[in-house]
Amino acid sequence: MSTISEGAPLRTTPGQTVGPFFHYGLPYDGDRDLVPPGSAGAVRLTGLVTDGAGNGLPDALVEVWQTRPDGSVPREPGSLRRDGWTFTGFGRASTGRDGRYTFSTLEPGPTEPGAAAFFAVTVFARGLTDRLFTRAYLPDDAAALAADRLLASLPAERRSTLVARRDGQGLVFDIRLQGEGETVFLDLSGYRTRTP
Amino acid sequence: MNSTPVPPSGLESQSVVSAEIAAIEQARGAAPQPALDYPPYRSSALRHPTKDPHHTDPEAIERWAPCFGERDVDPLEADLTVGGAGEPIGERMVVTGRVTDDRGRPVRRQLVEIWQANAGGRYVHKRDRHPAPLDPNFTGAGRCLTDDDGYYRFQTIKPGPYPWRNHHNAWRPAHIHFSLFGTEFAQRLVTQMYFPGDPLFALDPILQSVTDRRDREMLVAAYDHDVTTHEWATGYRWDIVLGGAHGTLMENGEGDDA
Repeated sequence: MSTISEGAPLRTTPGQTVGPFFHYGLPYDGDRDLVPPGSAGAVRLTGLVTDGAGNGLPDALVEVWQTRPDGSVPREPGSLRRDGWTFTGFGRASTGRDGRYTFSTLEPGPTEPGAAAFFAVTVFARGLTDRLFTRAYLPDDAAALAADRLLASLPAERRSTLVARRDGQGLVFDIRLQGEGETVFLDLSGYRTRTP
Repeated sequence: MNSTPVPPSGLESQSVVSAEIAAIEQARGAAPQPALDYPPYRSSALRHPTKDPHHTDPEAIERWAPCFGERDVDPLEADLTVGGAGEPIGERMVVTGRVTDDRGRPVRRQLVEIWQANAGGRYVHKRDRHPAPLDPNFTGAGRCLTDDDGYYRFQTIKPGPYPWRNHHNAWRPAHIHFSLFGTEFAQRLVTQMYFPGDPLFALDPILQSVTDRRDREMLVAAYDHDVTTHEWATGYRWDIVLGGAHGTLMENGEGDDA
Protein backbone atom coordinates (compact mmCIF):
# COMPACT_ATOMS: atom_id res chain seq x y z
CA MET A 1 0.00 0.00 0.00
CA SER A 2 1.49 3.27 -1.03
CA THR A 3 1.39 6.47 0.96
CA ILE A 4 0.34 8.66 -1.94
CA SER A 5 -3.00 10.41 -1.91
CA GLU A 6 -6.05 8.60 -3.19
CA GLY A 7 -7.79 9.31 -6.45
CA ALA A 8 -6.73 10.35 -9.90
CA PRO A 9 -3.62 12.47 -10.33
CA LEU A 10 -4.19 16.21 -10.76
CA ARG A 11 -4.18 17.70 -14.23
CA THR A 12 -0.65 18.95 -14.83
CA THR A 13 0.44 22.33 -16.13
CA PRO A 14 1.43 21.97 -19.79
CA GLY A 15 4.73 23.19 -21.18
CA GLN A 16 5.17 26.04 -23.63
CA THR A 17 8.07 26.97 -25.87
CA VAL A 18 11.03 28.71 -24.26
CA GLY A 19 10.70 31.21 -27.12
CA PRO A 20 13.40 33.40 -28.67
CA PHE A 21 14.01 35.74 -25.73
CA PHE A 22 15.22 33.51 -22.91
CA HIS A 23 18.79 34.75 -23.11
CA TYR A 24 18.47 37.33 -20.38
CA GLY A 25 16.28 35.08 -18.19
CA LEU A 26 17.93 31.68 -18.06
CA PRO A 27 21.68 31.86 -18.81
CA TYR A 28 23.93 32.97 -15.97
CA ASP A 29 27.64 33.37 -15.33
CA GLY A 30 29.26 29.97 -15.04
CA ASP A 31 26.14 28.12 -16.16
CA ARG A 32 28.03 25.72 -18.44
CA ASP A 33 31.05 25.15 -16.24
CA LEU A 34 30.13 22.43 -13.74
CA VAL A 35 33.85 22.42 -13.02
CA PRO A 36 36.40 25.06 -14.06
CA PRO A 37 37.71 24.27 -17.56
CA GLY A 38 41.15 22.69 -17.34
CA SER A 39 40.78 21.62 -13.71
CA ALA A 40 41.64 18.10 -12.61
CA GLY A 41 39.32 15.58 -14.27
CA ALA A 42 37.53 18.20 -16.36
CA VAL A 43 36.23 17.07 -19.74
CA ARG A 44 34.46 18.96 -22.46
CA LEU A 45 30.96 17.79 -23.39
CA THR A 46 29.96 19.44 -26.64
CA GLY A 47 27.68 18.95 -29.61
CA LEU A 48 25.49 20.49 -32.26
CA VAL A 49 21.75 20.94 -31.94
CA THR A 50 20.35 20.67 -35.47
CA ASP A 51 16.95 20.91 -37.13
CA GLY A 52 15.34 18.77 -39.84
CA ALA A 53 17.36 20.54 -42.53
CA GLY A 54 20.61 19.88 -40.71
CA ASN A 55 21.06 23.50 -39.68
CA GLY A 56 22.36 24.37 -36.24
CA LEU A 57 19.94 26.10 -33.85
CA PRO A 58 21.36 29.41 -32.59
CA ASP A 59 18.56 29.70 -30.04
CA ALA A 60 18.48 26.37 -28.22
CA LEU A 61 19.23 25.72 -24.57
CA VAL A 62 20.68 22.45 -23.26
CA GLU A 63 20.74 21.34 -19.61
CA VAL A 64 22.62 18.41 -18.11
CA TRP A 65 22.04 16.64 -14.80
CA GLN A 66 24.47 13.93 -13.80
CA THR A 67 26.12 11.79 -11.18
CA ARG A 68 29.60 12.36 -9.84
CA PRO A 69 32.42 10.17 -11.23
CA ASP A 70 31.82 7.77 -8.31
CA GLY A 71 28.18 7.34 -9.36
CA SER A 72 26.66 9.24 -6.45
CA VAL A 73 23.90 11.81 -6.96
CA PRO A 74 24.93 15.38 -6.03
CA ARG A 75 22.65 16.97 -3.42
CA GLU A 76 24.55 20.23 -3.09
CA PRO A 77 23.08 23.63 -4.00
CA GLY A 78 25.21 26.21 -5.73
CA SER A 79 24.67 25.68 -9.46
CA LEU A 80 23.69 29.34 -9.93
CA ARG A 81 26.57 30.76 -7.92
CA ARG A 82 29.40 28.33 -8.37
CA ASP A 83 32.22 28.39 -5.85
CA GLY A 84 34.66 26.44 -8.02
CA TRP A 85 34.83 23.56 -5.54
CA THR A 86 31.33 22.13 -5.17
CA PHE A 87 30.15 19.70 -7.85
CA THR A 88 26.39 20.22 -8.15
CA GLY A 89 25.77 17.96 -11.16
CA PHE A 90 23.70 20.57 -13.01
CA GLY A 91 24.65 22.77 -15.93
CA ARG A 92 22.95 24.90 -18.57
CA ALA A 93 24.35 26.01 -21.94
CA SER A 94 22.76 28.11 -24.65
CA THR A 95 23.90 27.31 -28.18
CA GLY A 96 26.09 29.64 -30.19
CA ARG A 97 25.37 30.94 -33.65
CA ASP A 98 26.39 27.61 -35.16
CA GLY A 99 24.12 25.58 -32.88
CA ARG A 100 26.93 24.31 -30.67
CA TYR A 101 26.67 23.90 -26.92
CA THR A 102 29.62 23.18 -24.63
CA PHE A 103 29.98 22.14 -21.01
CA SER A 104 33.04 21.72 -18.81
CA THR A 105 32.26 18.89 -16.44
CA LEU A 106 33.32 15.60 -14.87
CA GLU A 107 32.42 12.26 -16.38
CA PRO A 108 29.40 10.71 -14.68
CA GLY A 109 29.87 7.33 -13.06
CA PRO A 110 27.49 4.35 -13.03
CA THR A 111 25.05 4.38 -10.13
CA GLU A 112 25.58 0.66 -9.53
CA PRO A 113 28.13 -1.89 -10.73
CA GLY A 114 27.47 -2.86 -14.34
CA ALA A 115 25.12 0.06 -15.04
CA ALA A 116 25.74 2.32 -18.02
CA ALA A 117 26.74 5.87 -17.11
CA PHE A 118 24.98 8.77 -18.81
CA PHE A 119 24.16 12.46 -18.67
CA ALA A 120 20.44 13.23 -18.32
CA VAL A 121 19.83 15.92 -20.94
CA THR A 122 17.00 18.43 -21.45
CA VAL A 123 16.61 20.43 -24.67
CA PHE A 124 14.67 23.68 -25.13
CA ALA A 125 14.37 25.87 -28.23
CA ARG A 126 12.31 28.44 -30.00
CA GLY A 127 9.98 26.45 -32.25
CA LEU A 128 9.96 23.53 -29.84
CA THR A 129 6.62 23.63 -28.02
CA ASP A 130 7.85 21.62 -25.02
CA ARG A 131 11.15 20.53 -23.52
CA LEU A 132 12.65 17.23 -24.66
CA PHE A 133 14.46 14.72 -22.48
CA THR A 134 17.22 12.44 -23.67
CA ARG A 135 20.37 10.69 -22.42
CA ALA A 136 24.00 10.98 -23.48
CA TYR A 137 25.68 7.69 -22.59
CA LEU A 138 29.43 7.32 -22.15
CA PRO A 139 30.70 5.12 -24.99
CA ASP A 140 33.34 3.02 -23.22
CA ASP A 141 31.70 0.19 -21.30
CA ALA A 142 30.34 -2.07 -24.05
CA ALA A 143 28.93 -4.64 -21.63
CA ALA A 144 27.05 -2.02 -19.65
CA LEU A 145 25.66 -0.43 -22.81
CA ALA A 146 24.55 -3.83 -24.10
CA ALA A 147 22.77 -4.54 -20.82
CA ASP A 148 21.07 -1.14 -20.56
CA ARG A 149 17.30 -1.43 -20.53
CA LEU A 150 16.63 1.65 -22.64
CA LEU A 151 19.30 0.96 -25.24
CA ALA A 152 18.26 -2.69 -25.51
CA SER A 153 14.71 -1.60 -26.29
CA LEU A 154 15.80 0.42 -29.35
CA PRO A 155 16.72 -0.65 -32.88
CA ALA A 156 20.47 -0.45 -33.45
CA GLU A 157 20.36 2.60 -35.72
CA ARG A 158 18.43 4.60 -33.12
CA ARG A 159 20.50 3.34 -30.18
CA SER A 160 23.59 5.07 -31.54
CA THR A 161 21.91 8.48 -31.28
CA LEU A 162 22.16 8.21 -27.48
CA VAL A 163 25.84 7.31 -27.22
CA ALA A 164 28.39 10.10 -27.06
CA ARG A 165 31.69 9.72 -28.91
CA ARG A 166 35.14 10.71 -27.74
CA ASP A 167 37.34 13.40 -29.15
CA GLY A 168 40.64 14.74 -27.87
CA GLN A 169 38.98 16.98 -25.27
CA GLY A 170 36.26 14.70 -23.99
CA LEU A 171 32.83 13.84 -25.33
CA VAL A 172 30.73 14.82 -28.33
CA PHE A 173 26.95 14.43 -28.29
CA ASP A 174 24.96 15.87 -31.18
CA ILE A 175 21.22 16.41 -30.84
CA ARG A 176 19.13 16.09 -34.00
CA LEU A 177 15.61 17.29 -33.42
CA GLN A 178 14.19 15.88 -36.64
CA GLY A 179 14.92 13.73 -39.67
CA GLU A 180 17.78 11.39 -40.43
CA GLY A 181 19.51 10.27 -37.28
CA GLU A 182 16.78 11.90 -35.16
CA THR A 183 17.81 11.66 -31.53
CA VAL A 184 15.72 9.36 -29.35
CA PHE A 185 13.77 11.55 -26.94
CA LEU A 186 12.31 10.11 -23.79
CA ASP A 187 9.00 9.84 -22.03
CA LEU A 188 9.96 9.45 -18.38
CA SER A 189 6.45 9.83 -17.01
CA GLY A 190 5.71 6.88 -14.83
CA TYR A 191 7.18 3.47 -14.20
CA ARG A 192 5.75 0.78 -16.38
CA THR A 193 8.19 -2.07 -16.66
CA ARG A 194 9.13 -2.55 -13.00
CA THR A 195 6.75 -3.48 -10.28
CA PRO A 196 7.33 -2.06 -6.82
CA MET B 1 -3.36 56.62 -44.23
CA ASN B 2 0.42 56.66 -44.49
CA SER B 3 0.69 55.77 -40.82
CA THR B 4 -0.51 52.20 -41.51
CA PRO B 5 2.51 49.90 -41.78
CA VAL B 6 2.90 48.18 -45.13
CA PRO B 7 1.89 44.51 -44.78
CA PRO B 8 5.00 42.34 -44.89
CA SER B 9 4.96 40.20 -48.00
CA GLY B 10 4.69 36.45 -47.88
CA LEU B 11 2.99 36.16 -44.51
CA GLU B 12 -0.31 34.39 -44.25
CA SER B 13 -3.41 35.92 -42.75
CA GLN B 14 -4.75 35.31 -39.27
CA SER B 15 -7.80 33.57 -40.77
CA VAL B 16 -5.60 30.93 -42.43
CA VAL B 17 -3.78 30.26 -39.17
CA SER B 18 -6.99 30.29 -37.13
CA ALA B 19 -8.53 27.69 -39.45
CA GLU B 20 -5.51 25.42 -38.92
CA ILE B 21 -5.76 25.91 -35.15
CA ALA B 22 -9.44 24.92 -35.15
CA ALA B 23 -8.90 21.83 -37.32
CA ILE B 24 -6.07 20.52 -35.13
CA GLU B 25 -7.98 21.06 -31.88
CA GLN B 26 -10.79 19.00 -33.34
CA ALA B 27 -8.48 16.22 -34.49
CA ARG B 28 -6.21 15.89 -31.45
CA GLY B 29 -8.69 15.59 -28.63
CA ALA B 30 -6.96 14.76 -25.37
CA ALA B 31 -3.60 13.75 -26.87
CA PRO B 32 -0.46 14.63 -24.87
CA GLN B 33 -0.01 18.37 -24.33
CA PRO B 34 1.26 20.44 -25.97
CA ALA B 35 1.47 19.14 -29.56
CA LEU B 36 5.13 18.99 -30.63
CA ASP B 37 4.15 18.86 -34.31
CA TYR B 38 2.06 22.01 -34.53
CA PRO B 39 2.09 23.60 -38.02
CA PRO B 40 0.28 26.86 -37.02
CA TYR B 41 3.44 27.72 -35.03
CA ARG B 42 5.54 28.10 -38.15
CA SER B 43 8.98 27.80 -36.61
CA SER B 44 8.11 24.36 -35.21
CA ALA B 45 8.14 22.88 -38.73
CA LEU B 46 11.78 21.78 -38.77
CA ARG B 47 12.20 21.59 -35.02
CA HIS B 48 9.73 18.98 -33.81
CA PRO B 49 10.73 15.32 -33.49
CA THR B 50 8.82 13.10 -35.91
CA LYS B 51 8.85 10.11 -33.59
CA ASP B 52 6.91 9.86 -30.36
CA PRO B 53 8.96 10.11 -27.17
CA HIS B 54 10.24 6.66 -26.24
CA HIS B 55 9.00 5.49 -22.86
CA THR B 56 11.59 4.33 -20.40
CA ASP B 57 11.62 3.99 -16.64
CA PRO B 58 13.61 6.71 -14.89
CA GLU B 59 17.04 5.56 -13.70
CA ALA B 60 18.66 6.63 -10.44
CA ILE B 61 19.84 10.09 -11.51
CA GLU B 62 16.44 10.81 -13.05
CA ARG B 63 14.67 10.13 -9.78
CA TRP B 64 16.31 13.27 -8.43
CA ALA B 65 16.45 16.88 -9.54
CA PRO B 66 19.15 19.49 -9.10
CA CYS B 67 19.18 21.08 -5.69
CA PHE B 68 19.06 24.86 -5.26
CA GLY B 69 19.32 26.86 -2.07
CA GLU B 70 19.70 30.23 -0.41
CA ARG B 71 23.21 30.65 -1.80
CA ASP B 72 21.81 30.43 -5.34
CA VAL B 73 19.15 33.12 -5.12
CA ASP B 74 19.16 36.59 -3.57
CA PRO B 75 15.71 37.44 -2.14
CA LEU B 76 15.82 40.72 -4.09
CA GLU B 77 15.67 38.74 -7.33
CA ALA B 78 11.96 38.10 -6.69
CA ASP B 79 11.23 41.81 -7.13
CA LEU B 80 11.59 42.85 -10.77
CA THR B 81 10.61 46.43 -9.98
CA VAL B 82 13.79 47.24 -8.07
CA GLY B 83 17.35 47.42 -9.25
CA GLY B 84 16.96 50.34 -11.65
CA ALA B 85 17.67 53.95 -10.77
CA GLY B 86 13.93 54.66 -10.75
CA GLU B 87 10.52 53.02 -10.88
CA PRO B 88 9.67 51.03 -14.00
CA ILE B 89 6.67 52.19 -16.00
CA GLY B 90 3.46 50.17 -16.09
CA GLU B 91 0.99 48.38 -13.87
CA ARG B 92 2.77 47.12 -10.76
CA MET B 93 1.56 43.60 -9.97
CA VAL B 94 2.24 40.60 -7.79
CA VAL B 95 1.99 37.03 -9.02
CA THR B 96 2.01 34.22 -6.49
CA GLY B 97 0.95 30.62 -6.38
CA ARG B 98 1.69 27.15 -5.19
CA VAL B 99 3.84 24.55 -6.94
CA THR B 100 2.77 20.96 -6.29
CA ASP B 101 3.21 17.56 -7.84
CA ASP B 102 0.23 15.81 -9.37
CA ARG B 103 -0.73 14.35 -6.00
CA GLY B 104 -0.99 17.82 -4.53
CA ARG B 105 2.22 17.61 -2.52
CA PRO B 106 4.10 20.92 -2.32
CA VAL B 107 7.40 21.28 -4.18
CA ARG B 108 9.49 22.84 -1.43
CA ARG B 109 12.60 25.03 -1.63
CA GLN B 110 12.91 24.68 -5.37
CA LEU B 111 13.94 27.14 -8.06
CA VAL B 112 11.46 29.26 -10.06
CA GLU B 113 12.79 31.55 -12.80
CA ILE B 114 10.77 34.08 -14.83
CA TRP B 115 11.37 36.44 -17.74
CA GLN B 116 9.01 38.75 -19.58
CA ALA B 117 8.47 41.78 -21.79
CA ASN B 118 8.00 45.24 -20.29
CA ALA B 119 4.70 47.14 -20.12
CA GLY B 120 5.10 48.18 -23.76
CA GLY B 121 5.60 44.61 -24.95
CA ARG B 122 9.36 44.93 -25.48
CA TYR B 123 12.03 42.48 -24.31
CA VAL B 124 15.52 43.54 -23.37
CA HIS B 125 16.92 41.35 -26.13
CA LYS B 126 18.94 42.23 -29.18
CA ARG B 127 16.66 40.15 -31.40
CA ASP B 128 13.52 41.96 -30.30
CA ARG B 129 12.81 44.49 -33.08
CA HIS B 130 9.37 45.59 -31.89
CA PRO B 131 9.47 49.43 -32.02
CA ALA B 132 8.14 49.86 -28.49
CA PRO B 133 10.22 51.67 -25.89
CA LEU B 134 12.73 49.95 -23.65
CA ASP B 135 12.40 50.88 -19.99
CA PRO B 136 15.75 51.73 -18.40
CA ASN B 137 14.33 50.67 -15.03
CA PHE B 138 13.07 47.26 -16.07
CA THR B 139 15.00 44.23 -17.28
CA GLY B 140 12.24 41.67 -16.79
CA ALA B 141 14.03 38.66 -15.29
CA GLY B 142 13.64 37.25 -11.79
CA ARG B 143 14.16 34.20 -9.61
CA CYS B 144 13.00 32.83 -6.30
CA LEU B 145 12.82 29.64 -4.28
CA THR B 146 9.48 28.16 -3.30
CA ASP B 147 8.81 28.21 0.44
CA ASP B 148 8.12 25.25 2.71
CA ASP B 149 4.52 25.07 1.44
CA GLY B 150 5.53 25.29 -2.22
CA TYR B 151 4.61 28.96 -2.69
CA TYR B 152 6.50 31.37 -4.95
CA ARG B 153 5.91 35.13 -5.16
CA PHE B 154 7.16 37.79 -7.57
CA GLN B 155 6.54 41.51 -7.76
CA THR B 156 6.79 42.82 -11.30
CA ILE B 157 5.18 44.99 -13.99
CA LYS B 158 2.33 43.62 -16.07
CA PRO B 159 3.81 42.76 -19.49
CA GLY B 160 2.24 44.05 -22.68
CA PRO B 161 1.24 42.03 -25.74
CA TYR B 162 3.62 42.21 -28.68
CA PRO B 163 3.71 41.45 -32.41
CA TRP B 164 5.74 38.66 -33.99
CA ARG B 165 6.22 37.37 -37.50
CA ASN B 166 4.53 33.98 -37.36
CA HIS B 167 1.90 35.33 -39.74
CA HIS B 168 0.54 38.71 -40.79
CA ASN B 169 -0.63 40.82 -37.83
CA ALA B 170 0.30 38.11 -35.33
CA TRP B 171 0.25 39.25 -31.69
CA ARG B 172 1.25 37.30 -28.61
CA PRO B 173 -1.13 37.62 -25.65
CA ALA B 174 0.62 39.16 -22.65
CA HIS B 175 2.51 36.45 -20.76
CA ILE B 176 5.27 35.73 -18.28
CA HIS B 177 7.72 32.90 -19.03
CA PHE B 178 8.20 30.48 -16.11
CA SER B 179 10.93 27.87 -15.61
CA LEU B 180 10.53 25.30 -12.82
CA PHE B 181 12.27 22.32 -11.31
CA GLY B 182 10.56 19.61 -9.30
CA THR B 183 11.99 16.90 -7.13
CA GLU B 184 12.52 14.54 -10.06
CA PHE B 185 14.33 15.24 -13.33
CA ALA B 186 11.22 14.64 -15.48
CA GLN B 187 9.26 17.33 -13.63
CA ARG B 188 11.31 20.00 -15.38
CA LEU B 189 8.90 22.53 -16.84
CA VAL B 190 9.24 25.66 -18.96
CA THR B 191 5.92 27.29 -19.70
CA GLN B 192 4.09 30.62 -19.99
CA MET B 193 1.52 32.24 -17.71
CA TYR B 194 -1.27 34.29 -19.26
CA PHE B 195 -3.72 36.89 -17.92
CA PRO B 196 -7.45 36.21 -17.64
CA GLY B 197 -9.77 37.25 -20.44
CA ASP B 198 -7.13 38.18 -23.01
CA PRO B 199 -8.83 38.60 -26.43
CA LEU B 200 -5.70 37.29 -28.17
CA PHE B 201 -5.94 33.75 -26.72
CA ALA B 202 -7.85 32.19 -29.61
CA LEU B 203 -5.53 33.78 -32.17
CA ASP B 204 -2.23 32.66 -30.67
CA PRO B 205 -0.62 29.49 -32.06
CA ILE B 206 1.71 29.15 -29.08
CA LEU B 207 -1.04 29.02 -26.46
CA GLN B 208 -3.16 26.92 -28.82
CA SER B 209 -0.35 24.37 -29.23
CA VAL B 210 -1.97 23.09 -26.04
CA THR B 211 -4.94 21.72 -27.89
CA ASP B 212 -7.13 20.68 -24.95
CA ARG B 213 -9.10 23.61 -23.54
CA ARG B 214 -8.86 22.28 -19.98
CA ASP B 215 -5.07 22.18 -20.23
CA ARG B 216 -4.94 25.68 -21.70
CA GLU B 217 -6.94 26.93 -18.73
CA MET B 218 -4.10 25.68 -16.50
CA LEU B 219 -1.92 28.39 -18.08
CA VAL B 220 -4.18 31.32 -17.22
CA ALA B 221 -3.73 33.11 -13.89
CA ALA B 222 -6.70 34.34 -11.86
CA TYR B 223 -7.09 37.90 -10.67
CA ASP B 224 -7.07 37.67 -6.86
CA HIS B 225 -8.20 40.64 -4.83
CA ASP B 226 -6.65 39.10 -1.71
CA VAL B 227 -3.27 39.34 -3.43
CA THR B 228 -3.92 42.89 -4.59
CA THR B 229 -2.60 45.42 -2.06
CA HIS B 230 -4.05 48.80 -1.06
CA GLU B 231 -2.65 51.67 -3.12
CA TRP B 232 0.27 49.53 -4.34
CA ALA B 233 -0.11 46.58 -6.72
CA THR B 234 -2.69 44.36 -8.42
CA GLY B 235 -2.51 40.65 -7.61
CA TYR B 236 -2.70 37.44 -9.58
CA ARG B 237 -2.76 33.85 -8.43
CA TRP B 238 -1.30 31.07 -10.55
CA ASP B 239 -0.78 27.55 -9.24
CA ILE B 240 1.46 25.08 -11.05
CA VAL B 241 1.20 21.29 -11.07
CA LEU B 242 4.31 19.37 -12.10
CA GLY B 243 3.88 15.94 -13.69
CA GLY B 244 6.80 13.59 -13.88
CA ALA B 245 7.11 10.04 -12.73
CA HIS B 246 4.50 10.21 -9.95
CA GLY B 247 6.91 8.83 -7.39
CA THR B 248 5.19 5.48 -7.55
CA LEU B 249 8.32 3.36 -7.53
CA MET B 250 9.27 1.91 -4.18
CA GLU B 251 12.50 -0.01 -3.89
CA ASN B 252 14.44 -1.24 -0.92
CA GLY B 253 11.65 -0.13 1.36
CA GLU B 254 12.16 3.43 0.21
CA GLY B 255 8.71 4.87 0.32
CA ASP B 256 7.07 7.53 -1.72
CA ASP B 257 7.82 10.27 0.76
CA ALA B 258 11.38 9.25 1.50
